[in-house]
Amino acid sequence: MKNIAWKPVIIAAVFLAAIIYVLPTFNPGLWPHKKINLGLDLQGGMHLVLEVETDKAIESTLERIIQELRDRSRREGAQGLQLERVDGNRIKINLSGQTNIEKLQALLDSEFPDLREQDRTLTGERLELILDLPDREVDRIKELATAQALETIRNRIDQFGVAEPDIRRQGDNRILIQLPGISDTERAKELIGRTAQLEFKLVDDQMSPETALQNGAPPGSEILYQINVDPTTQRTRKIPFLLKKRTVLTGQYLTDARVRYDQDKRSYYVAIDFDRKGARIFERITGDNIHKRLAIVLDNKVHSAPEIQDRIAGGSAVITGSFSAEEAEDLAIVLRAGALPAPVKVMEERTVGPSLGKDSIKKGLISMIVGGVLVILFMMIYYKASGLLADLALVLNILLMGAGLAAFQATLTLPGIAAFILTIGMAVDANVIIFERIREELSIGKPPRAAVDAGYDRATLTILDANVTTLIAAVVLFQFGTGPVKGFAVTLSLGVIASMFTALFFTRVVFDAYFSGRKVKNISI
Amino acid sequence: MQFIRPDVNIDFIGNRKFAFTFSLMLILISIGTLVYHGGPLYGIDFSGGTLIQVRFDKPVPVANIKEGLSRMDLSQASVQQFGEEGTSEYLIRTDASGITDKGFNAALRQNLTETSGTAAEIRRVEMVGPQVGRDLREKALKAMFYALLFITVYISGRFELKWLLSAVLAVALIGAVYMLGLFKVSIPFLILMALVVTLAMFWFLNLKYAMGAIVALIHDVTITVGVFSLFNKEFTLPIIAALLTIIGYSLNDTIIVFDRIRENTKKLHKNPLGTIINRSINETLSRTLLTSGTTLVVVIALFVLGGGIIHDFAFALLVGILIGTYSSIYVASPILLAWQRKPSAG
Repeated sequence: MKNIAWKPVIIAAVFLAAIIYVLPTFNPGLWPHKKINLGLDLQGGMHLVLEVETDKAIESTLERIIQELRDRSRREGAQGLQLERVDGNRIKINLSGQTNIEKLQALLDSEFPDLREQDRTLTGERLELILDLPDREVDRIKELATAQALETIRNRIDQFGVAEPDIRRQGDNRILIQLPGISDTERAKELIGRTAQLEFKLVDDQMSPETALQNGAPPGSEILYQINVDPTTQRTRKIPFLLKKRTVLTGQYLTDARVRYDQDKRSYYVAIDFDRKGARIFERITGDNIHKRLAIVLDNKVHSAPEIQDRIAGGSAVITGSFSAEEAEDLAIVLRAGALPAPVKVMEERTVGPSLGKDSIKKGLISMIVGGVLVILFMMIYYKASGLLADLALVLNILLMGAGLAAFQATLTLPGIAAFILTIGMAVDANVIIFERIREELSIGKPPRAAVDAGYDRATLTILDANVTTLIAAVVLFQFGTGPVKGFAVTLSLGVIASMFTALFFTRVVFDAYFSGRKVKNISI
Repeated sequence: MQFIRPDVNIDFIGNRKFAFTFSLMLILISIGTLVYHGGPLYGIDFSGGTLIQVRFDKPVPVANIKEGLSRMDLSQASVQQFGEEGTSEYLIRTDASGITDKGFNAALRQNLTETSGTAAEIRRVEMVGPQVGRDLREKALKAMFYALLFITVYISGRFELKWLLSAVLAVALIGAVYMLGLFKVSIPFLILMALVVTLAMFWFLNLKYAMGAIVALIHDVTITVGVFSLFNKEFTLPIIAALLTIIGYSLNDTIIVFDRIRENTKKLHKNPLGTIINRSINETLSRTLLTSGTTLVVVIALFVLGGGIIHDFAFALLVGILIGTYSSIYVASPILLAWQRKPSAG
């Protein structure tokens, strides 16, 4: 062959590039390329799929609209307005009196044009109105809730400090979270999954919580509990509070939250700062309600309900409770990162301890070495020198797979190791097919050179076909698979592609080099 | 060195009745065991549930583990030794999902340590909600379907040079599946229908090589699934990966034989097809067995040494490669003979 010179150059270049990509995995810091990523099943860690309960975001939007509607109609002078949320996502309004109805109508038209009228029944002077949100608006709120939840969770994880987390959206309302190497999985899960809806509500003093429990809470008020855990007995105690339903201030105005330690009480607390708007609201509320009690409610649990001693300006407050240092730190993180717009539900969770991952790597490597050595020995014995060449190709193949994983920053998973092992068995197949063909050609009396050429020419298409079908399966698998299975598909594809280079191209070039410039009587095959 | 002499001449085609009977028996057993077990045994990936891998310092009676579980509403859970005999690792499985709340791991560890009297370490927890399980099941079936479909297109295009025809076929099938999918037809049924339609079309369009390859593939996958069901092994995501790999890999041998049949058909066109096929199988027998052999060696290594998590995966590959090798000799090629009785085919 005339152009024999450039082929070895290609091989040398590929070999060199492979070494450059693979070496950092074994000797990190050698040069600034990344090493092969290990999947969660190999290095340990947590995989979570959360679903954002977007219906709840709709409900809370409606609750907010109802509160606004109530405030505004009172200010506009529409009286006797009864408002409630029905069927989860509809607002029912009851109202009587012609002037009241007209005022409400004007208010709805001017300030709440987004609300869609579903049903209207007028019996005499009494109007019953059913309103809801248009589908487009519902979709927008749901979309926004998921996007915001993703952002919030990303913030929380960043602040928690996990190396190389992978947080992404999956489908309409799911969030996929991968936290490699994390050991305290429960703490992380708690931190991620907490809604962290901080609300300030006034305590309703018109009756005691006990009476309210017996007779039902008065309209506009609700019963929420404070949950105390005795640190020594671990016994929980629920203390009821009767609170005004209306939220006077929420965590959306927070600018900062920090952990503080109270020397006297020997306990941790969280200090929070409001922005200017929040500070103004806080100042007004504390000023208007001196000697009343203001409850700090987090995710519908009362944390504390101190009495307002004086107007509080400056926009700072503290959240106390029997926090451990860790709990206080986590609370500060979630408050800083902001509330989830809707609760999230864990749909899928997979955690692997680091020791199990190490075991898996060890066992995978052992089976790879044992399988590899057996195959290498077999090829050497069965095809002698040619077999040795195929073995060389196999080693190059493994090197290329490793380099491919590093170059594409693909993730090596336990099934991925299995794909490595499988490729060792499959990569020599191509050489087996070629060598068998060469033997066949030799047996009908062809000289070695012609037999080798015929062997490669005839077998190449067959090998290509066989590899394409495996590649099809791998690509489909990659499309549909998740996590570890994707790793398998990637590794297998890399193996198939690399084996075409090593088993077809590399071995051919060596054969050609062997034949060039000499008369070969017989070959060792 | 040679295992199989070049002049080997085994009458594979003459024995095809036995082979067909044998295959039919295996398939019937596979379907039978699936029916008997009420469908494939889904792992938590597909059925939803929770899987916990625990390691103790020394082997512990299962009853003690169960006692610990019953303390926390997990008395329904099944407990199974994991990995090789004599190890002190166990798998706890329950259909319940959403139980791994705050404090679950700690409580489980404490309870198990108390009832077993030796320190328990929770090494792996996998929880899949029912909704995700359904989604994954659907995805897995679709993956199988599309893999079969694309491979069919490739095979028929490549062997019959009817790329356009096979592409049209594929688009029609995807369209039909999509349409039926809109009517919420169950996916297994959908796939079954698609396969029946594919086979019927191959038959009428005389795509015999494609037909042979696909029948062999269905044969391999059905029997592998059957063996899994027979041994009461669970279907998980990695097992689906193994099945797809089998689909891709078992074709390799079939392609080698088919290529040789085409080559020999040109060379020996005076001989009857049966003779040509038989000669082709014999000529390629050595490489069919050797290629499967090398792959089998590494899979056995993985099966024996790879550890518990990868065990079933390796088992599926083991069964699939064995069946795939058998089917490329005894199933795929003899099916080509079915066209002899069709007057339209040459």
